[in-house]
Amino acid sequence: MSVSARADAAALPETRQGRYWLDRESVLGPVLLLPAVIYIVALVGIPLVLAVMYSLSDVTVGDQSIDFVGLQNFRDALDSSTFRTALKNTFVFTIVSQMIVLVLANILALVLSADFKGKRLVRFLVLLPWTTPIALGVLGWLWTLDNVYSPIDYLLRQVGLLGVGSPLGSDWFGTNALWLAYPDRAQFSVLFVHVWRTLPLATVILLAGLTAIPQDVKDAANVDGAGFFRQVFAIRIPLLLPIMAVAVLYGIVFTFTDMTVVYILTRGGPVDSTQVLASWAYFKGIEGGSLGQGAAIALFLFPVLVGVAAMMLRIAKRAETV
Amino acid sequence: MTETARRLQEDDKTTRRQVGATLASPAVAMPGPNAPVWDDAANERERRQARIRQVATRGVLYVTATFFALFAALPFAWMILTVFKQNTDLYDPNRNPVLFNDPPTLGNITFLFERTEYATFARNTLVVAVLVVLVTLIGAVPAAYSLSRLAGRWGEGLGIAIFLVYLVPPTLLFIPLSRVVADLGLRNTWWAMVLVYPTFTIPFCTWLLMGFFKSIPRDIEEQAMIDGYSRLGAIWRTVLPVSVPGLLTVVVFSFALTMHEFVYALAFVTSSHQKTISIGVTTELIRGDVFFWQSLMAAAAIVAIPIALLYNLFLDRFIAGFTLGAVKG
Amino acid sequence: MAVVEVRELSKRFDGVAAVDGIDLASTDGEFLVLLGPSGCGKTTLLRMIGGLEPPTDGDILIGGRVVTNLPPRARQIAMVFQSYALYPHMTVYNNIAFPLKAAKLPKAEQTRRVAWAAGILGIEGFLDRKPRQLSGGQRQRVALARALVREPTVFLLDEPLSNLDAQRRASARDELQGFQRRVGTTTIYVTHDQVEAMGMGDRIAVMEQGRIRQVGTPHEIYDEPADTFVATFLGSPPMNLIPDAASGELLGFRPEHFIPWEAGMGNDWVRFPYHVHRTEYLGAERLLYGEVGEAKAVARFPANSDINTEIGSTTDYAVRRNDLKRFHPETGLRLDRPTNGRQP
Repeated sequence: MSVSARADAAALPETRQGRYWLDRESVLGPVLLLPAVIYIVALVGIPLVLAVMYSLSDVTVGDQSIDFVGLQNFRDALDSSTFRTALKNTFVFTIVSQMIVLVLANILALVLSADFKGKRLVRFLVLLPWTTPIALGVLGWLWTLDNVYSPIDYLLRQVGLLGVGSPLGSDWFGTNALWLAYPDRAQFSVLFVHVWRTLPLATVILLAGLTAIPQDVKDAANVDGAGFFRQVFAIRIPLLLPIMAVAVLYGIVFTFTDMTVVYILTRGGPVDSTQVLASWAYFKGIEGGSLGQGAAIALFLFPVLVGVAAMMLRIAKRAETV
Repeated sequence: MTETARRLQEDDKTTRRQVGATLASPAVAMPGPNAPVWDDAANERERRQARIRQVATRGVLYVTATFFALFAALPFAWMILTVFKQNTDLYDPNRNPVLFNDPPTLGNITFLFERTEYATFARNTLVVAVLVVLVTLIGAVPAAYSLSRLAGRWGEGLGIAIFLVYLVPPTLLFIPLSRVVADLGLRNTWWAMVLVYPTFTIPFCTWLLMGFFKSIPRDIEEQAMIDGYSRLGAIWRTVLPVSVPGLLTVVVFSFALTMHEFVYALAFVTSSHQKTISIGVTTELIRGDVFFWQSLMAAAAIVAIPIALLYNLFLDRFIAGFTLGAVKG
Repeated sequence: MAVVEVRELSKRFDGVAAVDGIDLASTDGEFLVLLGPSGCGKTTLLRMIGGLEPPTDGDILIGGRVVTNLPPRARQIAMVFQSYALYPHMTVYNNIAFPLKAAKLPKAEQTRRVAWAAGILGIEGFLDRKPRQLSGGQRQRVALARALVREPTVFLLDEPLSNLDAQRRASARDELQGFQRRVGTTTIYVTHDQVEAMGMGDRIAVMEQGRIRQVGTPHEIYDEPADTFVATFLGSPPMNLIPDAASGELLGFRPEHFIPWEAGMGNDWVRFPYHVHRTEYLGAERLLYGEVGEAKAVARFPANSDINTEIGSTTDYAVRRNDLKRFHPETGLRLDRPTNGRQP
């Protein structure tokens, strides 16, 4: 009986479905995804492949033909002492700044999760370093750390920390601290600006995590008589761990791959002492014109990025299954 | 460390107390677990200590908040002071930089607009940003819809993969992209930025919109399809109108990212009349040793403040995107 | 007006069958209820008829036309969702006119039709409001007006009363059925609420685990259940099922047919020893809870009846032979059914 029913249906005139092809999910889904995917493949995927090809070739701005030279670019890079400084700086700036950011962001997030007068203003000010275009924010620091007119120097002079007889030692006897002129001070300045600029994002991400801890969990801990430290270590930190990881991962990416801070603040100087991978790749590849060299230097960023991406993926996957 | 910990503790107590106060009506001082309830003197002592702790907490809170606000805002404060200073006042290291020793002036802002190419930079930035926003919407809206509604189980995974593209830094790609840009004949024009910026705005905005579309009930678009529209018609007439806040977030974010970008612009554009604010100000207005610091700072502040206000309006939505779903609620 | 028919219709999600080879046909203008517990596949079946879910297998016919692979807009149907799915960004007027705009009717005709539909449902007063300004009942009426306005061939309703409170639900049942009788459009109504099904359906299709257990009028479903699932899913409390030692079959009877032996007493009555251990007074009626042998059994009386069975006692109770239904102990299928209700 059911067989005849099928035959029946087959014999019936089925309305043409040709003009409805875009209504099918299996068609519409890929069609809608296509523009974005094409864009990403064409302008991220292909350039990435091109970057690898460049790094293995002797291509320059003058000679655009790609002649493969094996790992020569990588060997040249590793041989250069500037590159080694840049590599070291990149890691030091990233690791140290993000450790400081993690501590400060936790404190600041706690402050901003409390209620107090003027909180909106504080939040607005605290967010400024993140919302302002990096180049312009760093420009502000360039002026604030000026060799002659730095207001910080003025303040230090007033309190007697700067100038002849400074208790900080003879390095501070001048009328100005020259924040960007001594290698160690320039490195400190770059590090400081990185902390300044990545702190807001980490803070607001932690704040989001903090406010998402369910009140009943906190209440239960209170009722159970858990003291402050027990609460922090047994509840808050474990619950916030994934979100802290997210916050730090962004900080790592944005610090590790950044060249703007160094480019504007010091141009990698004095004597390349603040050079980082990204800025060195720029100076070599774009300003110096050896595209192959530049691409090879930039590719040193890649392994760390892959690591960060993998961790982000794990966190996102876990968040999905919870 | 101990100082920090104590501060945290104080803050925590404040929050807890306030929550308690809003939930339970009378703020009766609870006796501590060790204090016998009948001991009036101990009760009184507890209460006084609690009051002292509370005052101390508020104090620490305000001090910490002020410290961070100053830390974050320091260069901006100096920026804004500088804008209104006359040369004689600014370029004298012995004058107190926080005060206006000479009357404030608007001359530096006039100078910026009349004697520099700032207006050109601003116009370029605006044009690039609007075009980038458009390209981003064209790419991200359909992709986000597809991934959140049509792709089924692999939609989320693919969405995260696309989001990760946002993390691919300009410093990794600017060298090969400079070749792509040159091959397309866009070198040294702001069109290069219009072409390249969506490579990071589309991934982030797709992810942001995916979250937004998921929060819209399917019923509405299904109802529209029942009511006689194709799926595309249903999206256009029901999903998009309901998603206006999400779309606005995407517009603001792409706009802001365009204002922020520095590396690609620096690598692709060298003629001053094609530059955007981010690179124009930092490369064209700083010339050798001749710094027009007041005008420079004006150039930065004019951009920084409006963007900051916009960010604050959409902050929660941006953060929802950044947290990758690791924060619930 | 049209007949809806599905043939061997299946839907599998990741290999799990939500709808498992269903054959079912409505008659013209009928109020057909799909009844079943949550997860039985009734909503999936409805969504396939509406075109929102592509079937894995089988065919769907509306008005004799195969629509299996057509999108919703090619099916001339209207659907009311559980949530009512009113467009939050449109006024009530625009909500109702929305399907007419899709059909590209002239403006004047749209206005006329919206006024007509709003009049039928008594919502002329708030055409300018937005959905969020309406009560649950008003929203439901707007959703119905929107479904009605383009005179569809079929109404599909997905638990439209479940968002109303209990009091409002009774009157909404009344309104909904009256409305369907007036417009006479074939209606397929999904619910898990047996009161709605019994009260409104011309016929009920009882579903479980993706299959149809029985199709029939409310009387048939209640009085002549096709199997133990239907017997125990309908009726509150459900049908008692007592194993019969002699035949090995299951004997089923409704609680209201279970009365003391002395009250019935006749040749056509079957006697059971009933041990009562608890009684419940529910206002209009009284329930006795107890056992026949090992099996639980419930008896139901009007509260004002003078039956007075002592708690803890074992008394003889009886069921009229006609009210006893016999089921297969393993398959649960009815053994003594006069007609086969399994037919589509």
